[in-house]
Amino acid sequence: MHNSRWSEFAVESLIRVLGFSTVGLVALIFVFLLREGLPVLSEVALPNFLGRAWYPTFGSFGILPLVLGSVLVTVTAIAIALPLGLATAVFVREVAPGWAREILKPMIEVLAGIPSVVLGFFGMTMVAPWVRQTLGTATGLTAITGSLILTYMALPTLISVAEDALDAVPKSYRDAGLAMGATQWQTIWRVIVPAARSGIVTAAMLAMGRAIGETMAVMMVTGNAARMPTEWDALLRPVRTMTATVAAEMGEVAKGSTHYHALFAIGIVLFVITFAINMTAARAIFAKRRRGGLR
Amino acid sequence: MVTDAEGLLKHKICIDNLHYSYGDEEVLKGINLDIPARAVTVLFGPAGGGKTTLLRLINRLNDMVDGTKMTGTIRLDGQDIYAPGTEISSLRRRVGMVFALPLPLPGTIRENVLYGPRLAGMKDAAQCEEILSRSLQQAAIWDEVKDRLDDAAHRLSGGQQQRLCIARSLALEPEVLLLDEPTSGLDPISTAKVEESLFALRRDYTIVIVPHSVQQAARVADYAAFFLMGELIEHGPDKQLFTAPKEPKTEEYVTGRFG
Repeated sequence: MHNSRWSEFAVESLIRVLGFSTVGLVALIFVFLLREGLPVLSEVALPNFLGRAWYPTFGSFGILPLVLGSVLVTVTAIAIALPLGLATAVFVREVAPGWAREILKPMIEVLAGIPSVVLGFFGMTMVAPWVRQTLGTATGLTAITGSLILTYMALPTLISVAEDALDAVPKSYRDAGLAMGATQWQTIWRVIVPAARSGIVTAAMLAMGRAIGETMAVMMVTGNAARMPTEWDALLRPVRTMTATVAAEMGEVAKGSTHYHALFAIGIVLFVITFAINMTAARAIFAKRRRGGLR
Repeated sequence: MVTDAEGLLKHKICIDNLHYSYGDEEVLKGINLDIPARAVTVLFGPAGGGKTTLLRLINRLNDMVDGTKMTGTIRLDGQDIYAPGTEISSLRRRVGMVFALPLPLPGTIRENVLYGPRLAGMKDAAQCEEILSRSLQQAAIWDEVKDRLDDAAHRLSGGQQQRLCIARSLALEPEVLLLDEPTSGLDPISTAKVEESLFALRRDYTIVIVPHSVQQAARVADYAAFFLMGELIEHGPDKQLFTAPKEPKTEEYVTGRFG
């Protein structure tokens, strides 16, 4: 009796320590990020930091082109990936016969395991030339090339999560739709997909989180020119993302320099953006739920 | 119940020698049953008797289930509903169905009721309003929801949700209404309200219901059919089945000796 109570206590403590240390480590990373990044605010004037020019060698640390570059590439990628991924999820879950689903599901999950550097190769050697020839751009290394590769990377996550969301819609919804004389397609688009909306939003957000944080593949195919992507055809020109900037410049920067702190500050901005995306998604879902539009 | 000049029952649905199996398991073993028009027919008996399967066959909801085998015929107004070329969507609009669990779809009360008509291509606003109030009144829920038609359907109580589902089926002006244990998840007061709305509908619709208890079967039935292990043991007008059953098995079940 005494013995078992002691082992109970030991296991409980162990789990508690492990749990807290995981949270603690994440918190430490954040603290580290703040410690290394915040000094930039005292070293660089705010208008400079939020400016339109990123030329660290000449003391210009404007992160605006990098932020816009990331946003442009990511939003375009999700805009392509969402309809494609949703259609695939609907096909796999609702339309494909059982044997096809058994083949397709694992294949989609394998796609998620392709290393991003391999996708970078693929982008450089296959997609970039295709973009240059088909869209007639000066170079194949453009924002749209990055978006296409990111689409490819985001799809497996998006499809898997959206498919799970569709799967979680009770079978009785299908019956209810069909029983009202809806065809299979009407049931899917007007009953099942709306009922799975919160899961589909989550899928899009996860995919967006993955896309905006992706570094290697994007760095290999977007051309990495830190310029403002504000022209109407910005998608067809090179851009540089926040992640690519940090990855490319971190190796050759002097520790403790202004440039070094600026790179960490980019990390903070990235963190804030990702956090904001997640909060917005969560809020949208909860608001809908309160109004009862979703289950 | 509607009878013709010679006093014979008019039949809406005729089921002939119906066999149905899921894989190797036969759940309906040669059912012959004629369902009277404009009356409440109850299909009752212990669980696993094939009642729900039979309901789902009447509006072809089981079409999507894999690995099933069916022989025999089901005719609606004399038409074989499994004949090749049958329009399944229009069949399902003629034969509405309400399920065991109340199942409001995402959206408002108004949207729920008008789901079916809108899917069928109804656009006229005045006509929609008319359908809305008529179906909600028929389902005996109008007075409770008329001031909040644009509230989320999920915020209704369970009993209200179920009557909303009945209204949703009625919005399509079906000829037949199938109900699969429509009160199994409801409290006694809500149950009474649902039964009340069925009572109001019994002269205008052909209603087939799987009740959730023998008591309910006896309360709502004009005509009753007793199912046991996939076989139809006995069927007839309610008085006969619940007070003077011919089969010993029916009597045992009705008097509560098993089930």
